[in-house]
Amino acid sequence: MLQFILKRLGLAVLVAFTVSFISFSLLFLSGDPAAALAGEGASGEDIEALRTLYGFDRPMLVQYGDWLFSALRGDFGESYYFKLPVATLIAERLTVTMLLGLCGITFALVTAVPLGVAAAIRPNSLIDRIALFLSVAGQAMPSFWFGLILIVVFAIKLGWLPPSGAASWRHFIMPTIVLGYYAMPAIMRLTRAGMLEVLNSDYIRTARAKGAPEVQVLFKHALRNAIIPVVSLAAVQMGFMLGGSIVVESIFALHGAGYLAWESIGRNDLPTVQALILIFSMFYIVFTFLADVLNAWLDPRMRSS
Amino acid sequence: MSEPLLCVRNLNIDIPVGGGTLHAVRGIDFELQRGEVLSIVGESGSGKSLTSLALMGLLGKRIDRRADRMDFDGIDLTRAGKRQMRALRGDRMSMIFQEPMTSLNPAYTIGDQLAEALLLHRNVSRQQARDRAVELLEKVGITAAASRLGQYPHQLSGGLRQRVMIAMALMCGPELIIADEPTTALDVTIQAQILRLLVDLVREMDMAMILITHDLGVVARVADKVAVMYAGELVETGSAGAIFNAPSHPYTRGLLRCIPLPGRTARGAPLGTIPGIVPSLVGEIGGCVFRTRCDHAVAACHGAIPHRGEADHMFRCVHPHGHREDEETPA
Repeated sequence: MLQFILKRLGLAVLVAFTVSFISFSLLFLSGDPAAALAGEGASGEDIEALRTLYGFDRPMLVQYGDWLFSALRGDFGESYYFKLPVATLIAERLTVTMLLGLCGITFALVTAVPLGVAAAIRPNSLIDRIALFLSVAGQAMPSFWFGLILIVVFAIKLGWLPPSGAASWRHFIMPTIVLGYYAMPAIMRLTRAGMLEVLNSDYIRTARAKGAPEVQVLFKHALRNAIIPVVSLAAVQMGFMLGGSIVVESIFALHGAGYLAWESIGRNDLPTVQALILIFSMFYIVFTFLADVLNAWLDPRMRSS
Repeated sequence: MSEPLLCVRNLNIDIPVGGGTLHAVRGIDFELQRGEVLSIVGESGSGKSLTSLALMGLLGKRIDRRADRMDFDGIDLTRAGKRQMRALRGDRMSMIFQEPMTSLNPAYTIGDQLAEALLLHRNVSRQQARDRAVELLEKVGITAAASRLGQYPHQLSGGLRQRVMIAMALMCGPELIIADEPTTALDVTIQAQILRLLVDLVREMDMAMILITHDLGVVARVADKVAVMYAGELVETGSAGAIFNAPSHPYTRGLLRCIPLPGRTARGAPLGTIPGIVPSLVGEIGGCVFRTRCDHAVAACHGAIPHRGEADHMFRCVHPHGHREDEETPA
């Protein structure tokens, strides 16, 4: 098991470096950063001066190395727009995003897994139909629309919840539901399909033949095996939620990292965008790594391979 | 003779299918004494496995099981509730399945799975359950038993897994063990070993066993009693000696012609086959189910089929001796 973890960890670090290099170079391919920084109507001399000032005249590899070593120390440079250290800027926003992401994935798992299990126990029953309806609705409904509906109903008409901002836990209820509901259908369907398959397997019959009570058959013997693919999916969705909750953050005016990324791209704020891309991809890598470890713990066959 | 351990009278199993009802098992009677080995023989789809699952109460929800009597040591299984069946399963009656490769849970160590069988029914400590698991693993011929407890099913070969399954079935010391084609999925070289082991254990621990198989060679070696099933019906039952020495039903005789038996099959002689296919069991079924494949079929085969013979050797055929009087019995 330890050997497996170390191997996966090594792989994760390698992927992290590759991703950081690609994201760094992609931004260079998107145009001349000095020209963009100088703005329209700037003279050639101004652009050259900026180029030297920010070090864009150095070879790209040198710039990458410089940026990477600073980044490893937590220094992502200074935002062109805010004139503040990028690290401070992001740290502030990341709390909101991480809180929202954690609440969102928790909401998704807490609703999707029991619903998927219940649907699999009684296929084609009323509960299965309801679960199917909820998942189709969740997949078909755009997040921005669902968010707006919630605001109209619960904030404006009923006045139960605040429509926007991040001042208290009540502000997070609607964004959590919108974000979580986006991830819920896939998790639910995968849980249901997994449980259906596992419940028909020979080892479930063996468990019943031993005289195991039905609850133990379902949760100890079946869910443990059915949940394995769900873990991988949830990890990817978690990464997505932390990096891609731009829509939800915009609707509910939660000034999180996703929203910052969106704004910074528009402002050509290169250091901020680079730092955010790096951080978002690190989330993916970390969650994938954690999912691998969790899966290896759940499924002994993965440890050896 | 004492009260039998297991007594089944007129067992019927119906499965609802698209075009009606599949009468998978019809009117089965048999009994089993303690310490006896009953072998149920028949081809695939004849209802052997369904019969055993019905005894264990493991049929699916949609499958309908009816019986006039189904008693296990005085307990009426037709009236037993879920809780009572669960208490019996794995404790007093246990089952060994055909597929050792998939019958163990891949997520748990074999130690956990063995211990679970005992912990479900006995108020023992985890350590006592593990000790019992080691004891039984040794009994089923697994070396270094203690070190195997931490292994997962995927680390074991098919033969070892089936030994583990046997050990698991024996954890609570059952009175009845149902083995559903326990050696079918194994290498031929392992088959004989596993079967020998199973039979020795049954004798040693004085259990009764129902051995389900389509391998008559296996039956000849181990069974006390034989029940031959065809298309959901018991066509012939009797002591192993009676079945092998005086097979009466045309189907049983056909089956015996299909296997080489020492002293019975001439060297170089072709083995027999039974032409035709099993009839559909959906909808109304009347007369003899074997008549479409039988050399001795006559008009009367469409009517009611009498039970012939005595209690220790019975068969169902319109012909008093299982074949037409005017025809020579095929050798």
